[in-house]
Amino acid sequence: MTDNKDAVLSVRGLKVDFTTPDGDVNAVKGIDLDVLPGETLAVVGESGSGKSQTMMGIMGLLAQNGRVAGSAKYRGKELVGLSTKALNEVRGSKITMIFQEPMTSLDPLYTIGRQIAEPIVHHKGVSFKQAKVRVLELLKLVGIPEPERRINSYPHEMSGGQRQRVMIAMALANEPDLLIADEPTTALDVTIQAQILDLLRDLQKRFGMAIVLITHDLGVVKHFAERVVVMRRGEVVEKGTIKDIFERPQEDYTKMLLAAEPSGSKSAPEDKAPIMLEGRNVTVDFAIGGGFFTSAHTRFRAVDGVTVRLKQRQTIGIVGESGSGKSTLGRALLRLLPSNGQYHFENKNISGFDRAAMRPLRRELQLVFQDPYGSLSPRQTVGEIITEGLLIHEPQLSRADRDKRAIAALKEVGLDPGARNRYPHEFSGGQRQRIAIARAMILKPKVVILDEPTSALDRSVQGQVIELLRDLQAKHDLSYIFISHDLAVIKAMSDYVIVMKSGKIVEEGQTDDIFDAPQHDYTKTLIGAAFDLD
Amino acid sequence: MFHFVLRRLASAVPTLFIVVTISFFLMRFAPGGPFNLERPLPPATMENLMKAYHLDQPLWNQYLQYLKNAVTGDFGPSYIYKDNTIAELIGKGLPYSVELGFYALLLALFGGVIVGTIAALRQNSFLDFLIMSVATIGVTVPNFVVGPVLTLIFAVLLSLLPAGGWGDGSWRFLILPMIALALPQLAVFARLTRGSMIEGLHTDHIRTARAYGLPPRTVVITHAMRGALLPVVSYLAPCAAALLTGSAVVETIFTIPGVGRYFVLGAINRDYTLVMGTVVLVAIFVIVFNLVVDILYGLLDPRVRHD
Repeated sequence: MTDNKDAVLSVRGLKVDFTTPDGDVNAVKGIDLDVLPGETLAVVGESGSGKSQTMMGIMGLLAQNGRVAGSAKYRGKELVGLSTKALNEVRGSKITMIFQEPMTSLDPLYTIGRQIAEPIVHHKGVSFKQAKVRVLELLKLVGIPEPERRINSYPHEMSGGQRQRVMIAMALANEPDLLIADEPTTALDVTIQAQILDLLRDLQKRFGMAIVLITHDLGVVKHFAERVVVMRRGEVVEKGTIKDIFERPQEDYTKMLLAAEPSGSKSAPEDKAPIMLEGRNVTVDFAIGGGFFTSAHTRFRAVDGVTVRLKQRQTIGIVGESGSGKSTLGRALLRLLPSNGQYHFENKNISGFDRAAMRPLRRELQLVFQDPYGSLSPRQTVGEIITEGLLIHEPQLSRADRDKRAIAALKEVGLDPGARNRYPHEFSGGQRQRIAIARAMILKPKVVILDEPTSALDRSVQGQVIELLRDLQAKHDLSYIFISHDLAVIKAMSDYVIVMKSGKIVEEGQTDDIFDAPQHDYTKTLIGAAFDLD
Repeated sequence: MFHFVLRRLASAVPTLFIVVTISFFLMRFAPGGPFNLERPLPPATMENLMKAYHLDQPLWNQYLQYLKNAVTGDFGPSYIYKDNTIAELIGKGLPYSVELGFYALLLALFGGVIVGTIAALRQNSFLDFLIMSVATIGVTVPNFVVGPVLTLIFAVLLSLLPAGGWGDGSWRFLILPMIALALPQLAVFARLTRGSMIEGLHTDHIRTARAYGLPPRTVVITHAMRGALLPVVSYLAPCAAALLTGSAVVETIFTIPGVGRYFVLGAINRDYTLVMGTVVLVAIFVIVFNLVVDILYGLLDPRVRHD
């Protein structure tokens, strides 16, 4: 294929390789793509597809062990193989980037004003003082309120959405031809996501730059892009217009991705099903500030008088954005943190139970976390990890018995029993989440609180984990509390939904009622933001 | 900021009190005493001495008396340097030790940070390997070996620098003891800097800086190094204490009239007041440097700023 002379960015036969102790890894295997002026091209794929590494390779941002080969031309100028100095004339001025992590992509030690000014200073050769006018203009442009005051703020003083706006201001500073947005909204709440995408679209209309949107989220793609490139394992699987890809997908992989949105629904338990876990008027306060000699300055009410009643075989979905108190509520229900409220487990009043009194109940009340990377100890084998609870709750078991239980638990979650002699880092995200589930299930619990169990996983893997959780529930009469910000997953998993905001329940009810006829404005906004994209 | 410093200084008082109390009683419970010599003194002489220094009083009385005097700045007479009070001894020696320690600290800090940064930027190269090997040697070879070797080369063989003494206090007398004292600390700073720079260079905001075409020097110095200095800065306080106490050997080798030798002599001779004096001195040093570190920390990192 010859170069496209009209393209802003024309990529031909681009390869990215990484040298690792286990040999070379070919992350990108010679791909072609063109970005036309002013258009939005989405590069879609699951983790490991090479979608990010393609752009990192072009921009000279690969890790030390990475190499890039092939051709990537910006308006006819070859970028691959350029010296850092020559590349720096393009980076940050003609081509700019925004990243997934608005929390860490900004330097915590400098004010946002200075960080936005830096690319202006370096590319335009002006002083920081001269750049200030432009910085204020940019802050206004991206919708940061009170720019004169906020220009002196540090990143930690801003919310995730605001930080992403700061990144966008930085990206626009030198009026680029091309903006590469690497998962720009993945780490944000749905309502913020929609705002950021609207802002990007609006700015694109005004300044006419092309956007490359790297994402795993097809909802965002459909809403936002004009053309799509689907990548898998370092290769382009399919490319076409939005219409082509969404209405007439040719390749099986594309079809699978499109179908990977979580599906199905859960029916409510019988009316006479016993109540397993109940928390009445649950209130959790956190002290802010205060030190050794001083008392806390303020109290922050994370959960404010919430009542939850979980029946046998029921799944209650708790939805809310970050800071809504949903995870804190989950931990309070398991009595894992100090709280006020009346708690009952299987008709037994456990309100006054301290740590020691709760311990025998722990095996029946289990918790599965979001992060399948951080929640498994890297220095224990999978077998040790999942049988650790047995040592405490069934100390009479012999080593051979525990091993038998480990084999059964791993089989149950669909893993090879041989896995128990290996370490967590040898497994993928989805497999690790299965290990975390096995660790909970081996104790034969009655209630499991699932805190964002699928949020760190690709959509296709998410579906499998949801399927597994459903099977386990049916088989063992489990009751779930399913905490998530992802409404699609909540809809597929739960029969009852609680919508939380600022520590309070704004709306609750049967899943169908909530999704078909939301009453509260906040619920409507949430559902609108999540499903309008489709 | 002012209130923060005041609060910290106020909280130093109970810390000092605890340090004084523990070391006072530890010292007294250790066997032996200041007048237990190889050839025992006649009982009558012993009794007189004990009386003269109030050592015949109950321990509690001695302790309270010591506290009372210490508050007024009177740390008592030395038992072995009989004509001197502790305040005089330390007052005479401290300027030498502080000057030597100050330059050694500067050398260790700047040398370590520069060398560690170079190693981090050339990670896993020959240069990195070389720097880190030398740093390991710097930590492991004791300064009673480094000192004489330096003297041998630069004073005896090359006759470039004086072999010891303080002379007129010019830099020529300072340079060898400063290197001998600084070397182990320089090695620690180099290792700390290398580690946190390598970590720092892989953070997302460094990627952002690169993606925006900032020149490599700006990326490294403005963005990576400032963050990488945080763990380095927190080592300043233990380092200052180590330089002060580590000066015992170096000052002896280079015959510098500092306070270093009192740490050793006081303990060996059970010179209670001298040991207490040096303990209080080191404690004050550590407290002050910890305060300095916290203020520096606030300057470097807006997230922990004290207002």
